[in-house]
Amino acid sequence: MIRAWLLALLLFVSPAWAISDPSEALADPAQEARAVEIGKQLRCLVCQNESIEDSGADLARDLRKIVRQHVVAGESEAEITAWMVKRYGDFVRLKPPLNLLTLLLWGSPLVALLIGGLTVLGLRRSSTSTPAPLSEAEKRRLSSLMEP
Amino acid sequence: MNRRLLLAIPFGVAAVGGVGFYSILRAMQSGQFDPRGVPSQLIDKPLPEFVLPGFGRAEVVARKAPVVINFFASWCVPCIEEAPVLAALQKSGVPIWGIAYKDKQAATDLFLKRRGNPYAQLARDEDGRVGIEWGVTGVPETYLIDAQGIVRWRFTGPLSNNAARGLSQMMGRT
Repeated sequence: MIRAWLLALLLFVSPAWAISDPSEALADPAQEARAVEIGKQLRCLVCQNESIEDSGADLARDLRKIVRQHVVAGESEAEITAWMVKRYGDFVRLKPPLNLLTLLLWGSPLVALLIGGLTVLGLRRSSTSTPAPLSEAEKRRLSSLMEP
Repeated sequence: MNRRLLLAIPFGVAAVGGVGFYSILRAMQSGQFDPRGVPSQLIDKPLPEFVLPGFGRAEVVARKAPVVINFFASWCVPCIEEAPVLAALQKSGVPIWGIAYKDKQAATDLFLKRRGNPYAQLARDEDGRVGIEWGVTGVPETYLIDAQGIVRWRFTGPLSNNAARGLSQMMGRT
């Protein structure tokens, strides 16, 4: 019974739309999908870990509107991103481009892998190295100890 | 010897980290570094084209003298904090032009009446589009435009007394 109730309650759950106001969306679903796709890659400058599609900030709403205007004008994603970067810099892109400034950022997984790999290699070598063979004196002492 | 050197590595890392954090915190305290700050794309670039009720790029460039441009709004709490700093700056002879960002005219007028009006010229960016052209991320935001119409400096958030002092010095140089 409880399960049935819970299932019934699920009927009332509405999906979390990226934008809060349906009037923002473009009439053409294909264009709207493109605008969402582009907006998801752009950082909201106010709440900085959200994309402009996810953010409720005023500035994000304005930027969503601009993205949609440009989509309707038939611009490509690269053109729209360039428009944003010109005003807000590479920081507006949630996926920063690879350049001299971001080299360390993009290279950090490789650096971490390298450090980890070298550590593992070093530990392995030290643990699997075979002990030095016994010297003559040690051999003699061993055999004398082993004698009944 | 070798082992001792190895032991020194963690201490070295901690020392470097400590110095780094200390300098970051110092810079944050003095307002020279804002971890959430978005670097302005306008620095050392000509002012973008804009026309607003009040003034536009043409009026700014026609002055042929450096000017401070301040984005503000009546609904912005840090702008209240900034008001006395701007007033002092204006009194010291620095020309300040204001752009009311996403604000209703009546509200702006009331704000200026209550907090004082440091602006020699006032423009209105009611829909915030010009703000986006400038790369404004919030109010208040302050720009220094030199005599050639090139943006030389930007400050986000309420101007501190320190920043205002630096601004007056820069005005003398540009």
